[in-house]
Amino acid sequence: MDERVMAMKISFNLNGEDVSINIDDHITLLEMLRDSFELYGAKEGCGYGECGSCTVIVDDMAINSCLMLAVSVNGRTVVTVEGLAGPRGELDPLQQAFVDRGAVQCGFCTPGMIMSAKALLKEKSNPGEEEIRKGMAGNLCRCTGYSKIVEAIKCASEGGCSCGKGF
Amino acid sequence: MRRFTYHEPDSLTGAIALLEENGAKAKLLAGGTDLIIEIKQEAKTPDHLVSLRSVPGLQDMEYSNRELSFGAMVTHRMIEKSELIREKFSLLSDAVDNLGSVQVRNVATIGGNLCSAAPSADTAAPVMALQATLVVKGPAGERRIPIEDFFKGPGKTALEPAEILCCISIPALPEGAASCYIKHARRKAMDLPLLGIAVIIVPDDNIVCREARIALTLAGPIPFRATKAEAFVTGKPLSRQIWEQAGEIAVSESNPRTSFRTTAEYRKKMICALIPRAAEVALQRINRAWMKG
Repeated sequence: MDERVMAMKISFNLNGEDVSINIDDHITLLEMLRDSFELYGAKEGCGYGECGSCTVIVDDMAINSCLMLAVSVNGRTVVTVEGLAGPRGELDPLQQAFVDRGAVQCGFCTPGMIMSAKALLKEKSNPGEEEIRKGMAGNLCRCTGYSKIVEAIKCASEGGCSCGKGF
Repeated sequence: MRRFTYHEPDSLTGAIALLEENGAKAKLLAGGTDLIIEIKQEAKTPDHLVSLRSVPGLQDMEYSNRELSFGAMVTHRMIEKSELIREKFSLLSDAVDNLGSVQVRNVATIGGNLCSAAPSADTAAPVMALQATLVVKGPAGERRIPIEDFFKGPGKTALEPAEILCCISIPALPEGAASCYIKHARRKAMDLPLLGIAVIIVPDDNIVCREARIALTLAGPIPFRATKAEAFVTGKPLSRQIWEQAGEIAVSESNPRTSFRTTAEYRKKMICALIPRAAEVALQRINRAWMKG
Protein backbone atom coordinates (compact mmCIF):
# COMPACT_ATOMS: atom_id res chain seq x y z
CA MET A 1 0.00 0.00 0.00
CA ASP A 2 0.99 3.56 -0.61
CA GLU A 3 2.45 4.89 2.64
CA ARG A 4 1.69 8.47 1.63
CA VAL A 5 -2.06 8.06 1.80
CA MET A 6 -1.92 6.65 5.30
CA ALA A 7 -1.24 9.95 7.03
CA MET A 8 -3.42 13.01 7.31
CA LYS A 9 -3.05 16.60 8.38
CA ILE A 10 -5.49 17.41 11.15
CA SER A 11 -6.25 20.57 13.10
CA PHE A 12 -7.97 20.69 16.44
CA ASN A 13 -8.09 22.58 19.69
CA LEU A 14 -5.92 21.01 22.38
CA ASN A 15 -6.20 22.37 25.91
CA GLY A 16 -7.29 25.76 24.60
CA GLU A 17 -4.72 26.04 21.84
CA ASP A 18 -5.30 25.49 18.10
CA VAL A 19 -2.87 22.88 16.85
CA SER A 20 -2.15 21.09 13.56
CA ILE A 21 -0.23 17.89 13.00
CA ASN A 22 0.43 15.24 10.39
CA ILE A 23 -0.63 11.98 11.90
CA ASP A 24 -0.74 8.40 10.65
CA ASP A 25 -4.23 7.02 10.15
CA HIS A 26 -3.80 4.09 12.53
CA ILE A 27 -2.55 6.13 15.50
CA THR A 28 -4.96 6.40 18.43
CA LEU A 29 -5.73 9.70 20.11
CA LEU A 30 -3.95 8.39 23.22
CA GLU A 31 -0.78 7.61 21.26
CA MET A 32 -0.84 11.00 19.59
CA LEU A 33 -1.33 12.86 22.88
CA ARG A 34 1.53 11.03 24.54
CA ASP A 35 4.00 10.53 21.69
CA SER A 36 3.46 13.67 19.59
CA PHE A 37 2.33 16.22 22.16
CA GLU A 38 4.19 14.79 25.16
CA LEU A 39 1.09 14.95 27.29
CA TYR A 40 1.58 12.00 29.59
CA GLY A 41 -1.47 12.46 31.82
CA ALA A 42 -3.73 10.09 29.91
CA LYS A 43 -2.43 6.56 30.35
CA GLU A 44 -2.83 3.24 28.66
CA GLY A 45 -4.12 0.78 31.24
CA CYS A 46 -5.93 -1.91 29.28
CA GLY A 47 -5.95 -0.44 25.77
CA TYR A 48 -9.47 -1.82 25.24
CA GLY A 49 -11.79 0.78 26.74
CA GLU A 50 -12.33 -1.11 29.96
CA CYS A 51 -10.31 0.78 32.57
CA GLY A 52 -10.76 4.47 31.77
CA SER A 53 -7.19 5.56 32.57
CA CYS A 54 -6.93 7.04 29.06
CA THR A 55 -10.05 9.20 29.51
CA VAL A 56 -9.92 12.67 27.96
CA ILE A 57 -12.69 15.09 27.04
CA VAL A 58 -13.59 15.55 23.37
CA ASP A 59 -16.28 18.15 22.63
CA ASP A 60 -17.35 18.11 26.30
CA MET A 61 -17.67 14.33 26.37
CA ALA A 62 -15.52 11.91 28.32
CA ILE A 63 -14.15 9.30 25.94
CA ASN A 64 -11.59 6.51 25.95
CA SER A 65 -8.69 7.93 23.95
CA CYS A 66 -7.29 4.42 23.43
CA LEU A 67 -10.29 3.57 21.22
CA MET A 68 -10.50 6.81 19.27
CA LEU A 69 -8.44 7.38 16.16
CA ALA A 70 -6.37 10.55 16.28
CA VAL A 71 -7.58 11.53 12.80
CA SER A 72 -11.16 11.59 14.04
CA VAL A 73 -10.55 14.57 16.35
CA ASN A 74 -9.98 16.78 13.33
CA GLY A 75 -11.94 20.00 13.92
CA ARG A 76 -12.84 19.09 17.49
CA THR A 77 -11.88 20.23 20.98
CA VAL A 78 -9.74 17.99 23.15
CA VAL A 79 -9.04 18.58 26.83
CA THR A 80 -6.59 16.47 28.80
CA VAL A 81 -5.79 16.63 32.50
CA GLU A 82 -2.93 19.00 31.61
CA GLY A 83 -5.52 21.49 30.38
CA LEU A 84 -7.30 21.87 33.70
CA ALA A 85 -4.89 23.96 35.75
CA GLY A 86 -5.00 27.74 35.46
CA PRO A 87 -2.37 29.93 33.74
CA ARG A 88 -0.19 30.15 36.85
CA GLY A 89 -0.49 26.46 37.55
CA GLU A 90 -3.29 26.80 40.08
CA LEU A 91 -5.18 23.56 40.33
CA ASP A 92 -8.71 23.11 39.12
CA PRO A 93 -11.09 22.80 42.11
CA LEU A 94 -11.60 19.16 41.17
CA GLN A 95 -7.86 18.48 41.23
CA GLN A 96 -7.59 20.31 44.55
CA ALA A 97 -10.44 18.21 45.95
CA PHE A 98 -8.62 15.01 44.94
CA VAL A 99 -5.53 16.25 46.79
CA ASP A 100 -7.43 17.41 49.87
CA ARG A 101 -9.54 14.28 50.16
CA GLY A 102 -6.66 11.86 49.66
CA ALA A 103 -8.29 10.50 46.51
CA VAL A 104 -4.94 9.66 44.95
CA GLN A 105 -3.03 6.52 45.83
CA CYS A 106 -0.68 5.18 43.15
CA GLY A 107 -2.04 7.86 40.83
CA PHE A 108 -2.22 5.84 37.64
CA CYS A 109 -6.01 6.10 37.32
CA THR A 110 -6.17 9.69 38.61
CA PRO A 111 -5.99 11.69 35.33
CA GLY A 112 -8.73 9.49 33.84
CA MET A 113 -10.80 9.74 37.02
CA ILE A 114 -10.49 13.52 37.02
CA MET A 115 -11.44 13.87 33.37
CA SER A 116 -14.51 11.63 33.81
CA ALA A 117 -15.47 13.61 36.90
CA LYS A 118 -14.92 16.89 35.07
CA ALA A 119 -17.31 15.84 32.29
CA LEU A 120 -19.79 14.58 34.86
CA LEU A 121 -19.81 17.85 36.83
CA LYS A 122 -20.12 19.89 33.67
CA GLU A 123 -23.27 17.99 32.86
CA LYS A 124 -24.65 17.72 36.37
CA SER A 125 -23.34 20.33 38.77
CA ASN A 126 -24.60 18.62 41.91
CA PRO A 127 -24.73 14.85 41.43
CA GLY A 128 -25.76 12.46 44.17
CA GLU A 129 -23.53 9.59 45.24
CA GLU A 130 -25.30 7.09 43.00
CA GLU A 131 -25.01 9.45 40.03
CA ILE A 132 -21.32 9.91 40.74
CA ARG A 133 -20.76 6.17 40.94
CA LYS A 134 -22.69 5.58 37.72
CA GLY A 135 -20.85 8.39 35.94
CA MET A 136 -17.50 6.99 37.08
CA ALA A 137 -18.29 3.34 36.30
CA GLY A 138 -15.89 3.33 33.36
CA ASN A 139 -12.88 4.18 35.51
CA LEU A 140 -11.13 1.50 37.50
CA CYS A 141 -8.82 2.14 40.46
CA ARG A 142 -6.57 -0.80 41.19
CA CYS A 143 -5.81 0.65 44.61
CA THR A 144 -9.60 0.45 45.15
CA GLY A 145 -9.69 3.97 46.52
CA TYR A 146 -13.21 4.56 45.31
CA SER A 147 -14.72 6.05 48.50
CA LYS A 148 -12.23 8.90 48.59
CA ILE A 149 -12.66 9.50 44.87
CA VAL A 150 -16.44 9.75 45.24
CA GLU A 151 -15.98 12.07 48.23
CA ALA A 152 -13.59 14.29 46.29
CA ILE A 153 -16.04 14.63 43.42
CA LYS A 154 -18.86 15.41 45.84
CA CYS A 155 -16.59 18.01 47.47
CA ALA A 156 -15.89 19.70 44.15
CA SER A 157 -19.55 19.71 43.13
CA GLU A 158 -21.77 22.73 43.47
CA GLY A 159 -23.38 21.47 46.65
CA GLY A 160 -20.01 20.66 48.21
CA CYS A 161 -19.78 18.16 51.01
CA SER A 162 -19.70 18.12 54.77
CA CYS A 163 -15.93 17.88 55.09
CA GLY A 164 -15.73 21.57 55.87
CA LYS A 165 -13.24 22.32 53.12
CA GLY A 166 -15.84 22.90 50.44
CA PHE A 167 -15.33 24.85 47.26
CA MET B 1 -2.05 -1.15 15.78
CA ARG B 2 -1.85 -2.45 12.23
CA ARG B 3 -1.77 0.20 9.51
CA PHE B 4 -4.81 1.10 7.43
CA THR B 5 -6.06 4.00 5.36
CA TYR B 6 -8.73 6.14 6.98
CA HIS B 7 -11.46 7.64 4.85
CA GLU B 8 -13.99 10.19 6.01
CA PRO B 9 -16.45 10.68 3.14
CA ASP B 10 -18.92 13.55 3.44
CA SER B 11 -21.79 11.74 1.78
CA LEU B 12 -23.45 8.37 1.94
CA THR B 13 -22.85 7.88 -1.79
CA GLY B 14 -19.16 8.48 -1.17
CA ALA B 15 -19.13 5.95 1.66
CA ILE B 16 -20.92 3.33 -0.45
CA ALA B 17 -18.48 3.92 -3.32
CA LEU B 18 -15.49 3.43 -1.00
CA LEU B 19 -16.95 0.20 0.34
CA GLU B 20 -17.64 -1.04 -3.19
CA GLU B 21 -14.19 -0.08 -4.41
CA ASN B 22 -12.33 -1.79 -1.57
CA GLY B 23 -14.59 -4.79 -1.03
CA ALA B 24 -13.66 -7.09 1.82
CA LYS B 25 -10.57 -4.99 2.57
CA ALA B 26 -12.75 -2.17 3.83
CA LYS B 27 -14.65 -1.88 7.10
CA LEU B 28 -17.24 0.68 8.04
CA LEU B 29 -16.32 2.67 11.15
CA ALA B 30 -19.09 4.02 13.37
CA GLY B 31 -18.17 4.62 17.04
CA GLY B 32 -15.30 2.15 16.84
CA THR B 33 -15.69 0.75 20.35
CA ASP B 34 -15.85 -2.78 18.93
CA LEU B 35 -13.96 -2.38 15.66
CA ILE B 36 -10.86 -0.64 17.03
CA ILE B 37 -10.53 -3.37 19.66
CA GLU B 38 -10.88 -6.04 16.98
CA ILE B 39 -8.19 -4.34 14.88
CA LYS B 40 -5.89 -4.09 17.90
CA GLN B 41 -6.41 -7.79 18.54
CA GLU B 42 -5.97 -8.47 14.81
CA ALA B 43 -9.29 -10.28 14.81
CA LYS B 44 -10.07 -7.97 11.89
CA THR B 45 -7.41 -6.70 9.52
CA PRO B 46 -8.97 -4.11 7.20
CA ASP B 47 -6.76 -2.08 4.86
CA HIS B 48 -9.38 0.67 4.71
CA LEU B 49 -11.63 2.20 7.34
CA VAL B 50 -14.58 4.17 6.06
CA SER B 51 -15.82 6.48 8.81
CA LEU B 52 -19.42 7.69 8.81
CA ARG B 53 -18.56 10.62 11.08
CA SER B 54 -18.90 13.31 8.41
CA VAL B 55 -21.93 11.91 6.61
CA PRO B 56 -24.70 14.41 7.31
CA GLY B 57 -27.98 13.38 8.89
CA LEU B 58 -26.83 10.16 10.51
CA GLN B 59 -26.91 11.70 13.99
CA ASP B 60 -30.44 13.06 13.68
CA MET B 61 -33.20 11.95 15.98
CA GLU B 62 -36.80 12.85 15.29
CA TYR B 63 -40.25 11.99 16.57
CA SER B 64 -43.10 12.94 14.32
CA ASN B 65 -46.30 11.40 12.97
CA ARG B 66 -46.15 8.80 15.72
CA GLU B 67 -42.82 7.52 14.49
CA LEU B 68 -39.41 7.72 16.10
CA SER B 69 -36.59 7.70 13.63
CA PHE B 70 -32.94 8.08 14.28
CA GLY B 71 -29.79 7.93 12.26
CA ALA B 72 -27.44 4.98 12.63
CA MET B 73 -24.75 7.23 14.16
CA VAL B 74 -26.93 8.28 17.08
CA THR B 75 -24.92 7.37 20.16
CA HIS B 76 -26.15 5.39 23.13
CA ARG B 77 -25.60 8.50 25.21
CA MET B 78 -27.95 10.54 23.02
CA ILE B 79 -30.61 7.89 23.56
CA GLU B 80 -29.86 7.77 27.29
CA LYS B 81 -30.34 11.52 27.59
CA SER B 82 -33.53 11.70 25.52
CA GLU B 83 -36.50 12.43 27.78
CA LEU B 84 -38.84 11.62 24.92
CA ILE B 85 -37.42 8.11 24.56
CA ARG B 86 -37.50 7.60 28.33
CA GLU B 87 -41.15 8.56 28.38
CA LYS B 88 -42.42 6.84 25.26
CA PHE B 89 -39.98 3.98 24.68
CA SER B 90 -38.65 3.32 28.17
CA LEU B 91 -37.30 -0.12 27.31
CA LEU B 92 -34.84 1.53 24.94
CA SER B 93 -33.60 3.80 27.74
CA ASP B 94 -33.23 0.70 29.94
CA ALA B 95 -31.06 -0.90 27.28
CA VAL B 96 -28.59 1.97 27.01
CA ASP B 97 -28.51 2.99 30.70
CA ASN B 98 -26.09 0.26 31.68
CA LEU B 99 -24.32 -0.37 28.42
CA GLY B 100 -20.53 -0.12 28.82
CA SER B 101 -19.51 3.11 30.52
CA VAL B 102 -20.17 6.79 29.95
CA GLN B 103 -17.03 6.88 27.80
CA VAL B 104 -18.28 4.02 25.65
CA ARG B 105 -21.85 5.34 25.42
CA ASN B 106 -20.52 8.74 24.31
CA VAL B 107 -19.13 7.23 21.12
CA ALA B 108 -20.77 3.83 20.55
CA THR B 109 -23.69 4.06 18.16
CA ILE B 110 -26.98 2.21 17.89
CA GLY B 111 -26.21 1.42 14.25
CA GLY B 112 -22.91 -0.13 15.27
CA ASN B 113 -24.58 -2.09 18.06
CA LEU B 114 -27.12 -3.57 15.64
CA CYS B 115 -24.76 -4.15 12.70
CA SER B 116 -22.08 -5.84 14.81
CA ALA B 117 -24.89 -8.31 15.53
CA ALA B 118 -23.22 -9.55 18.70
CA PRO B 119 -25.61 -11.99 20.39
CA SER B 120 -25.19 -9.81 23.49
CA ALA B 121 -26.16 -6.52 21.82
CA ASP B 122 -28.20 -4.61 24.37
CA THR B 123 -30.32 -2.67 21.91
CA ALA B 124 -31.34 -5.75 19.90
CA ALA B 125 -34.18 -7.04 22.10
CA PRO B 126 -35.84 -3.63 22.60
CA VAL B 127 -35.58 -2.82 18.91
CA MET B 128 -37.11 -6.24 18.08
CA ALA B 129 -39.96 -5.65 20.51
CA LEU B 130 -40.47 -2.17 19.05
CA GLN B 131 -40.88 -3.68 15.56
CA ALA B 132 -38.31 -1.38 14.04
CA THR B 133 -37.69 -1.02 10.36
CA LEU B 134 -34.11 -0.53 9.22
CA VAL B 135 -33.48 1.73 6.26
CA VAL B 136 -30.35 0.68 4.40
CA LYS B 137 -28.66 2.14 1.34
CA GLY B 138 -26.27 0.44 -1.01
CA PRO B 139 -25.09 0.31 -4.61
CA ALA B 140 -28.55 -0.93 -5.66
CA GLY B 141 -30.37 1.88 -3.88
CA GLU B 142 -32.47 1.99 -0.74
CA ARG B 143 -34.41 -0.79 0.92
CA ARG B 144 -36.24 -1.29 4.19
CA ILE B 145 -35.57 -4.36 6.31
CA PRO B 146 -37.95 -5.34 9.12
CA ILE B 147 -35.87 -5.98 12.23
CA GLU B 148 -37.08 -9.59 12.46
CA ASP B 149 -35.31 -10.28 9.14
CA PHE B 150 -32.10 -8.45 10.04
CA PHE B 151 -30.14 -10.79 12.31
CA LYS B 152 -28.87 -13.85 10.47
CA GLY B 153 -26.48 -15.30 13.03
CA PRO B 154 -23.83 -14.20 15.52
CA GLY B 155 -22.04 -11.34 13.75
CA LYS B 156 -24.15 -11.79 10.62
CA THR B 157 -26.85 -9.49 9.29
CA ALA B 158 -29.02 -9.14 6.21
CA LEU B 159 -26.77 -6.31 4.95
CA GLU B 160 -25.35 -6.95 1.49
CA PRO B 161 -21.77 -5.94 0.67
CA ALA B 162 -21.40 -2.14 0.55
CA GLU B 163 -24.82 -1.64 2.11
CA ILE B 164 -25.00 0.83 4.97
CA LEU B 165 -27.60 1.06 7.72
CA CYS B 166 -28.77 4.69 7.67
CA CYS B 167 -31.84 4.96 9.77
CA ILE B 168 -33.84 3.06 12.36
CA SER B 169 -37.53 3.74 12.28
CA ILE B 170 -39.78 2.81 15.19
CA PRO B 171 -43.57 3.15 15.23
CA ALA B 172 -45.12 4.69 18.36
CA LEU B 173 -46.48 2.21 20.87
CA PRO B 174 -50.24 1.89 21.27
CA GLU B 175 -51.84 4.25 23.79
CA GLY B 176 -51.38 3.05 27.37
CA ALA B 177 -48.49 0.71 26.57
CA ALA B 178 -45.88 -0.11 29.19
CA SER B 179 -42.42 -1.49 28.59
CA CYS B 180 -39.26 -2.68 30.25
CA TYR B 181 -35.91 -4.19 29.29
CA ILE B 182 -33.96 -6.18 31.83
CA LYS B 183 -30.27 -6.63 31.23
CA HIS B 184 -29.31 -9.57 33.39
CA ALA B 185 -25.61 -9.20 34.11
CA ARG B 186 -23.19 -9.74 36.96
CA ARG B 187 -22.15 -6.11 37.20
CA LYS B 188 -24.01 -2.85 36.70
CA ALA B 189 -21.43 -1.42 34.29
CA MET B 190 -18.81 -2.57 31.81
CA ASP B 191 -20.43 -5.96 31.44
CA LEU B 192 -22.29 -7.86 28.78
CA PRO B 193 -25.68 -9.32 29.56
CA LEU B 194 -26.13 -13.01 30.35
CA LEU B 195 -29.66 -12.52 29.10
CA GLY B 196 -31.67 -9.62 27.71
CA ILE B 197 -35.45 -9.50 28.17
CA ALA B 198 -37.65 -6.89 26.51
CA VAL B 199 -41.35 -6.76 27.33
CA ILE B 200 -44.07 -4.49 26.00
CA ILE B 201 -47.58 -4.77 27.42
CA VAL B 202 -50.73 -3.01 26.34
CA PRO B 203 -53.31 -3.47 29.11
CA ASP B 204 -56.97 -2.61 28.81
CA ASP B 205 -59.01 -0.96 31.59
CA ASN B 206 -59.71 -4.27 33.30
CA ILE B 207 -56.02 -5.22 33.43
CA VAL B 208 -56.44 -7.74 30.68
CA CYS B 209 -53.51 -7.93 28.29
CA ARG B 210 -54.61 -6.57 24.93
CA GLU B 211 -51.21 -6.95 23.30
CA ALA B 212 -47.87 -8.30 24.44
CA ARG B 213 -44.45 -8.37 22.86
CA ILE B 214 -41.59 -10.35 24.34
CA ALA B 215 -38.13 -10.24 22.75
CA LEU B 216 -35.09 -12.09 24.03
CA THR B 217 -31.35 -11.90 23.47
CA LEU B 218 -28.86 -14.63 24.40
CA ALA B 219 -31.77 -17.04 24.61
CA GLY B 220 -30.68 -18.34 21.20
CA PRO B 221 -28.06 -17.61 18.56
CA ILE B 222 -29.93 -14.50 17.41
CA PRO B 223 -32.43 -12.18 19.12
CA PHE B 224 -36.00 -13.34 18.66
CA ARG B 225 -39.62 -12.74 19.64
CA ALA B 226 -41.17 -15.36 21.92
CA THR B 227 -44.32 -15.47 19.84
CA LYS B 228 -45.92 -18.46 21.60
CA ALA B 229 -45.52 -16.79 24.97
CA GLU B 230 -46.92 -13.58 23.48
CA ALA B 231 -49.96 -15.41 22.11
CA PHE B 232 -50.49 -17.16 25.45
CA VAL B 233 -50.74 -13.95 27.50
CA THR B 234 -52.81 -12.02 24.98
CA GLY B 235 -56.43 -11.67 26.09
CA LYS B 236 -55.65 -13.01 29.56
CA PRO B 237 -55.63 -11.15 32.87
CA LEU B 238 -52.31 -9.55 33.75
CA SER B 239 -51.55 -11.79 36.69
CA ARG B 240 -48.24 -13.05 37.99
CA GLN B 241 -49.34 -16.64 37.54
CA ILE B 242 -50.08 -16.23 33.85
CA TRP B 243 -46.80 -14.47 33.20
CA GLU B 244 -44.91 -17.18 35.06
CA GLN B 245 -46.46 -19.65 32.64
CA ALA B 246 -45.46 -17.33 29.79
CA GLY B 247 -41.88 -17.56 31.06
CA GLU B 248 -42.04 -21.34 30.81
CA ILE B 249 -43.46 -21.16 27.30
CA ALA B 250 -40.69 -18.74 26.30
CA VAL B 251 -38.12 -21.25 27.57
CA SER B 252 -39.61 -23.85 25.22
CA GLU B 253 -39.05 -21.39 22.37
CA SER B 254 -35.47 -20.71 23.43
CA ASN B 255 -32.21 -22.37 22.62
CA PRO B 256 -29.60 -20.73 24.85
CA ARG B 257 -26.04 -21.98 24.87
CA THR B 258 -23.53 -22.71 27.55
CA SER B 259 -20.64 -20.27 27.25
CA PHE B 260 -17.81 -19.18 29.49
CA ARG B 261 -20.19 -16.61 30.95
CA THR B 262 -22.87 -19.00 32.14
CA THR B 263 -24.75 -22.20 31.36
CA ALA B 264 -27.75 -22.86 29.16
CA GLU B 265 -29.61 -24.21 32.20
CA TYR B 266 -29.07 -21.03 34.16
CA ARG B 267 -30.23 -18.94 31.23
CA LYS B 268 -33.43 -20.99 30.98
CA LYS B 269 -34.16 -20.53 34.68
CA MET B 270 -33.60 -16.81 34.36
CA ILE B 271 -35.90 -16.54 31.33
CA CYS B 272 -38.64 -17.99 33.58
CA ALA B 273 -37.82 -15.60 36.39
CA LEU B 274 -37.23 -12.43 34.39
CA ILE B 275 -40.17 -12.40 31.98
CA PRO B 276 -42.70 -11.93 34.81
CA ARG B 277 -40.31 -9.48 36.49
CA ALA B 278 -39.98 -7.36 33.35
CA ALA B 279 -43.76 -7.36 32.95
CA GLU B 280 -44.20 -6.33 36.58
CA VAL B 281 -41.74 -3.43 36.25
CA ALA B 282 -43.50 -2.34 33.05
CA LEU B 283 -46.85 -2.32 34.83
CA GLN B 284 -45.43 -0.37 37.77
CA ARG B 285 -44.31 2.28 35.33
CA ILE B 286 -47.90 2.98 34.39
CA ASN B 287 -48.98 2.75 38.05
CA ARG B 288 -50.53 -0.63 37.66
CA ALA B 289 -50.00 -3.84 39.58
CA TRP B 290 -50.66 -7.50 38.89
CA MET B 291 -54.27 -8.54 38.92
CA LYS B 292 -54.84 -10.64 42.03
CA GLY B 293 -55.61 -14.36 41.84
